[in-house]
Amino acid sequence: MATGAATNGKPTVTRTSELVRFATAGSVDDGKSTLIGRLLFDTKSIFEDQLEHVEETSRRRGDGYVNLALLTDGLRAEREQGITIDVAYRYFHTPRRKFIIADTPGHEQYTRNMVTGASTADLALVLIDARKGVLEQSRRHAFIASLLRIPHLVICVNKMDLVDWDQEVFDRICSDFTGWAAKLEVQDVTFIPISALHGDNVVERSANMPWYEGPSLLYHLEHVHVAADRNLRDARFPVQWVTRPMRDELHDYRGYAGEVASGVFRTGDEVIVLPSGRATRIAGIDTYDGELDEAYPPQSVTLRLEDDVDVSRGDMICRPANRPKEAKDIDAMVCWMSERPLSASGRYRIKHTSRTALAKVDEVVYRMDVNSLHRDQDAASLELNEIGKLRLRLSTPLLVDEYRRNRATGSFILIDESTNDTVGAGMVL
Amino acid sequence: MHSRTSPAPPILRRDQDLSYEISHLRALEAEAIHVIREVAAELERAVLLFSGGKDSAVLLHLARKAFHPGGLPFPVMHVDTGHNFPEVIEYRDKLVEEMGARLIIASVQDSIDNGRVVEETGPRASRNRLQSVTLLDAIEEHGFKAAFGGARRDEERARAKERIFSFRDDFGQWDPKGQRPELWNLYNGFVKPGEHVRVFPLSNWTELDVWQYVAEEKLELPCIYFAHEREVFKRDGMLYAVSDHVELLPGEEPFKRWVRFRTVGDMSCTGAVASKAQSLEDVVAEIAATRITERGETRADDRISEAAMEDRKKEGYF
Repeated sequence: MATGAATNGKPTVTRTSELVRFATAGSVDDGKSTLIGRLLFDTKSIFEDQLEHVEETSRRRGDGYVNLALLTDGLRAEREQGITIDVAYRYFHTPRRKFIIADTPGHEQYTRNMVTGASTADLALVLIDARKGVLEQSRRHAFIASLLRIPHLVICVNKMDLVDWDQEVFDRICSDFTGWAAKLEVQDVTFIPISALHGDNVVERSANMPWYEGPSLLYHLEHVHVAADRNLRDARFPVQWVTRPMRDELHDYRGYAGEVASGVFRTGDEVIVLPSGRATRIAGIDTYDGELDEAYPPQSVTLRLEDDVDVSRGDMICRPANRPKEAKDIDAMVCWMSERPLSASGRYRIKHTSRTALAKVDEVVYRMDVNSLHRDQDAASLELNEIGKLRLRLSTPLLVDEYRRNRATGSFILIDESTNDTVGAGMVL
Repeated sequence: MHSRTSPAPPILRRDQDLSYEISHLRALEAEAIHVIREVAAELERAVLLFSGGKDSAVLLHLARKAFHPGGLPFPVMHVDTGHNFPEVIEYRDKLVEEMGARLIIASVQDSIDNGRVVEETGPRASRNRLQSVTLLDAIEEHGFKAAFGGARRDEERARAKERIFSFRDDFGQWDPKGQRPELWNLYNGFVKPGEHVRVFPLSNWTELDVWQYVAEEKLELPCIYFAHEREVFKRDGMLYAVSDHVELLPGEEPFKRWVRFRTVGDMSCTGAVASKAQSLEDVVAEIAATRITERGETRADDRISEAAMEDRKKEGYF
């Protein structure tokens, strides 16, 4: 079978395996924790002492079963209350890939945690209870995945064992969901009928559903093509740090360190530095391990430029014919993350790539009902966990792309000036 | 620390289909370097906490990569319990000298002598928990706004919930329920006077990632990570090194055994594992096959209660 060593003997990971991040949202009732527990267990990622600990705690609490949710609920308050409060990160690997799971709570009052987990995900896993069909909660999860532009969506129709492995139930849920999801911009949706409890179609193909011809969930996770999701067209290099060694032999060295946000940079490329607009060429791409001919996302490198131009943190290096927008006013979808509501006339710090400026709220254009997708144009503010479209005025221009085209240069956070808390997550429209 | 006898493995593997692939280790490396540079750029005074263990060795190596060809823009600090493995101190001093880094030693013994903390007594005494006070005092004394640590989320349940930029209030406390949301790669390092952030660039690494990276980068580590014959004794099902810092209980008899250490901490709370793994390759194979977590196998400090780490972290622990 395709997943090979992951389920059979000791897992190893080859050094060229790929990193894949996925987000799950859901509550205990969906079987989300059971599913994650099953993935971890069947890839031998749960260690004996962790399992013993979970067994012992389950016994002490009188759960009556081995409660795998205890593996991910790491905080005392979560274990006491039996709920997931925050994003937990879990790790497992197969011979092909290393996975990072951002495990987030599913209830509406934790929308901000879902948004957080979704922000870095390559793939989102949404669970639907086969007995209940497409509920408000599944729609909300799919909406957030599409808002955050997660490129791949996997709908796991769970608890198929409780509907007699019935293909009609599965087909109906697929078509219900597809009809509704037409409103969303999701590029790739995959439906998999599973039973997390019994393991059907989680790691191995299920013998109980011969009518299903697709892959198991793990096989899909291992093979979904994520490398192509990166933006390799628009060269964007936000400068993080200017390297000026103090040593004599490197007296004239000037390097601009940063992470390639998108696109490909090659030695000799004509580039411009924004916002100054000065044109030059890339003289070299340096790393500790030697010079590179080219750099691409998400590499952290240091660029040297041919001309002695003035470059500092917050500047962006890009190609002359393909520039981000230099914007003093931006429209953005913002998820509000603070218990203190958005102040309609408020001023916030805005952090975008390596640049921080001030932002004033010019207008709350509308608030989105995350369940019905209805737009409330009379809204004047956003409260905790609410998502809406804002028009912001900036103290200094930011070099932005639309989030739908570029997650790295289209995203920002808002920071409260008085408390320093991160209060908003924004996506440039 | 970086052996230059053979060329480093290619950092990039560009496939023939021009898909610009990047291995998971290189993706983790790039993320960590990004985090380290953000801190240096945004927070006035930073320090790298260095224990001499494998995670802090990797962290220091990444910091070196982040600013190459420049030097480290921050010092390195060791919180010294005075109960160290001598091999680790030797390693620390050699490494810091080679790198030309500035080393600050914050001493738990000084905290005891100054009356800031009271030493536990008895055969089970450990200075592990006292370190939090020494650490917070040193952060305050030097006015550090950011302290890098090598902690990973796979180590422990409470850590799995911690941010990469983990905010600490005026008392050095971690508030797990009031953490700042952390989105994309946009980190919020704004702090007020007296507050600081702990920064964990290795958050997304697993123990196996660390060992594979050590092997790929040919990093030197303290020799106690590799199998050696040592005088040990058995306590609570774990093997501990015999030393002047640990008092034996009645019935505990020292004996010789081939062991290695999977984690490196205070001698009083770090257990050894029986092992014959003498080379890096052997260790990587051993870690890939292990069925027990590193803290479960080797750390007495986590056995106190179900939330031992969460409680220590709330007090300002690493």
